[in-house]
Amino acid sequence: MPPLKAAVIMEKILFISGVLCFSIQGFSQQAEIIKLADLQHLMEEESPPVHIINFWATWCAPCVKELPFFEKITAEKQPGVQVTLVSLDLDLDPNPEKVYRFIARKNIQSKVVLLDETDPNAWIIKIDSQWSGALPATILINHQTGKRRFIGKALEEGELERFLEGLQ
Amino acid sequence: MKTYRFLIIGTCMMAMAAGRPLFDYGVGDTVSPFRLKNVDGKMVALADYKDSKGVILIFDCNTCPYSKAYNDRIIALHKTYASKGFPVVTINSNDGEQSPGDAFDEMISRARRKKYDFPYLQDESQQVARAFGATNTPHVFVLERKDDAFVVAYIGAIDNNPRNGSLADKKYVEDAVNALITGKSVAVKKTRAVGCGIRWKDV
Repeated sequence: MPPLKAAVIMEKILFISGVLCFSIQGFSQQAEIIKLADLQHLMEEESPPVHIINFWATWCAPCVKELPFFEKITAEKQPGVQVTLVSLDLDLDPNPEKVYRFIARKNIQSKVVLLDETDPNAWIIKIDSQWSGALPATILINHQTGKRRFIGKALEEGELERFLEGLQ
Repeated sequence: MKTYRFLIIGTCMMAMAAGRPLFDYGVGDTVSPFRLKNVDGKMVALADYKDSKGVILIFDCNTCPYSKAYNDRIIALHKTYASKGFPVVTINSNDGEQSPGDAFDEMISRARRKKYDFPYLQDESQQVARAFGATNTPHVFVLERKDDAFVVAYIGAIDNNPRNGSLADKKYVEDAVNALITGKSVAVKKTRAVGCGIRWKDV
């Protein structure tokens, strides 16, 4: 095994054990409640250049099933890559507690925000013209190459990595 | 010409691979006829509605929280508009394997429990959902009958407040159907809403 690869693997092991330590201590984040303008600002942010934005909800089974793919990217700590999980739970239930409990229980490490917007017909098109509003949905943006990809379906294992490569 | 053909085939294959709808009706399109099994075991066809002014066709399901939130509003739409010539027809296109709560038996119990007096059809092959380009549940297609054809007049959400229908200040489906009944043109023809994606079969 080349020494560089070994070092990368070692780094991953260290990181994963670090995450485990945090989880043992019951670490969990407090997800911020944001408006559409905040989300648009976040998507336009050029640093880090690569954004992975996933729209999900705790009640959406295919969304929950694909969360580990995003968590894997977050755990890899690739420089210049930012994962944001945008919960749309508030669309049905104004109380964010269920989402907070979900984040703690699943020990979600990726950044989670809760979008608080009414009138979906007005804001969905501003996120992506291809999006019907169905969950899950994922948008990949690479500000360095200027490429963007909308994925209006649940991801399969390994698919996210392939889509990311396509943005290079 | 050859390139053009390849492009069409390529697009179709990509659409199929991504599990996306193949045809995706737009407002003004005539829909293809369909015939599906109802929860009472009988077959229901769009052509059965040849005497109505139109149909409020709703892709719905048992399991989606949006469908649950809108269930009473769907029942109310039928109560209000069936007698005015626009009955409700609901279709469940979710794959029963991916979503066991949407299996045919579960559809029967939902229809019984909620005393459906309109069809709740199973789209087992998912071909109807694909033909319509349905993506969410509930996803409404208001169809207006013109002679033997059914033409899409509105596509989208029921209203703009999933949490509470009485607080909705835009009632898209009611507005569209009221316009059609009074011979006016539909003002808002297409809307988007957050919803559960239809559970497509694994390809």
